[in-house]
Amino acid sequence: MSKIRVLIAKPGLDGHDRGAKVVARSLRDAGYEVIYTGLRQTPEAIVATAVQEDVDAIGLSILSGAHNTVFPRIIELLKEKGASDIVVFGGGVIPETDIPGLIDAGVAHIFTPGTPTEEVVKFLAEKVTPKNRA
Amino acid sequence: MNEFCNKVFSGDVRASARLMRLVDDRAEGYEEYMKEVWKHTGRAHIIGITGAPGAGKSTMTDKLIAKYRSMGKTVGVVAIDPTSPFSGGAILGDRIRMANHATDEGVFIRSVGTRGHLGGLSVSTMDIVAVMDAMGKDVVIIETVGVGQDEVEIAMVADTCIVVTVPGLGDDIQAIKAGIFEIADIFIVNKADREGVERTVKDLEMMLEMVHQRTGWDVQVLKTVASRDEGIDKVVEAIASHAEFFDKNIKAGRMEDRLLHVSYGVVREKIVKEIFKEEEIRALLKSGLDPYTAVEKLWEKRK
Ligand SMILES: Nc1nc2c(ncn2[C@@H]2O[C@H](COP(=O)(O)OP(=O)(O)O)[C@@H](O)[C@H]2O)c(=O)[nH]1
Ligand SMILES: [Mg+2]
Repeated sequence: MSKIRVLIAKPGLDGHDRGAKVVARSLRDAGYEVIYTGLRQTPEAIVATAVQEDVDAIGLSILSGAHNTVFPRIIELLKEKGASDIVVFGGGVIPETDIPGLIDAGVAHIFTPGTPTEEVVKFLAEKVTPKNRA
Repeated sequence: MNEFCNKVFSGDVRASARLMRLVDDRAEGYEEYMKEVWKHTGRAHIIGITGAPGAGKSTMTDKLIAKYRSMGKTVGVVAIDPTSPFSGGAILGDRIRMANHATDEGVFIRSVGTRGHLGGLSVSTMDIVAVMDAMGKDVVIIETVGVGQDEVEIAMVADTCIVVTVPGLGDDIQAIKAGIFEIADIFIVNKADREGVERTVKDLEMMLEMVHQRTGWDVQVLKTVASRDEGIDKVVEAIASHAEFFDKNIKAGRMEDRLLHVSYGVVREKIVKEIFKEEEIRALLKSGLDPYTAVEKLWEKRK
């Protein structure tokens, strides 16, 4: 009985985690195990958590405008830990013009504001297969 | 396989995390790894923390981690949250309170969903604790779900069992009736910054006098304000003296019982897997059979 595990995190110092919680809930309702770590996570903390929890994907909600540093840093750290198989996706307030750069850096998908949560569920179902091999 | 297990025994985070995944998923072949792992267990001190949701279990765990780290001990945590019976999904959020330790390499925290298992743990909990033990963690803390009144399995899994409650005992009386009292090695009245602490401590102490002590251990009632890191030293002291008592008087017998408990779980899983073929049972029931006859048919077919 394998289950897809997803880490939902909210890096940075700013504001609320409403969006992250909405996504977390809809993923739970779609049968995923969501590890929810709350606000103010550093990239180092997020990656360490992702490895300990052996998640299949990391979803980041970023409102602070720090996306151009946070995403590449996380992808670099995952590489260092030999965990590049973990799919990274994100959402929040990210200008359209920044998206291609993030995709180039290795982010699998950026959801723009107002995306229905079903889209996130669908994306994960297509993109991720749970890891049940040593 | 040995290479993979050796990574786990050397404390490798990635390999250990993956093994926990295989164990939790009951993935094909996980048993072969667990055969090796169980041979490497018995060194860690296992602490169980139970008590109603919101009592402060995760906050307490966070503070205990900090204390053990300052003593130079490595720590593993298994934090269990409920799986939704409808979707099979879960939001595992205990780590929020333990965020301070996310990047400490001496701390390994694993969030686990109950996945349909009752009693405050998951089927995999004992195996995951065993992996942490085999990784070389000095202390392993298990935080139970804390919903039911029947969370007594933790007493079998843990060496030292802590029950966390809060002032204003009223609502907890039910839980106490239901056996929580007998499993506690240490009672904590958390949120001692609230009114009614002394009263609650007295009530608990009075009730404790009437409880049959299984082991001869003298159960203590302690006060803490976990959110302000107050009273935690006393908790660590109490755990240490219980650990000493446990090692001297209880451990040998408990280890045997624990392995028996694991064996029972394995047998049950194996039998269910072999006999409970959902499609076949559905067909038999649809053909008009009662459940007993249907199962009997499957049982006989097995032979
Ligand atoms: N007033 C007060 N609040 C506390 C104390 N310990 C924990 N809390 C708060 O109680 C809430 C629930 O704590 P948590 O550790 O998540 O409880 P759990 O559900 O038992 O794991 C959180 O908001 C904590 O900050 C305490 O000693 N006093
Ligand atoms: Mg908790």
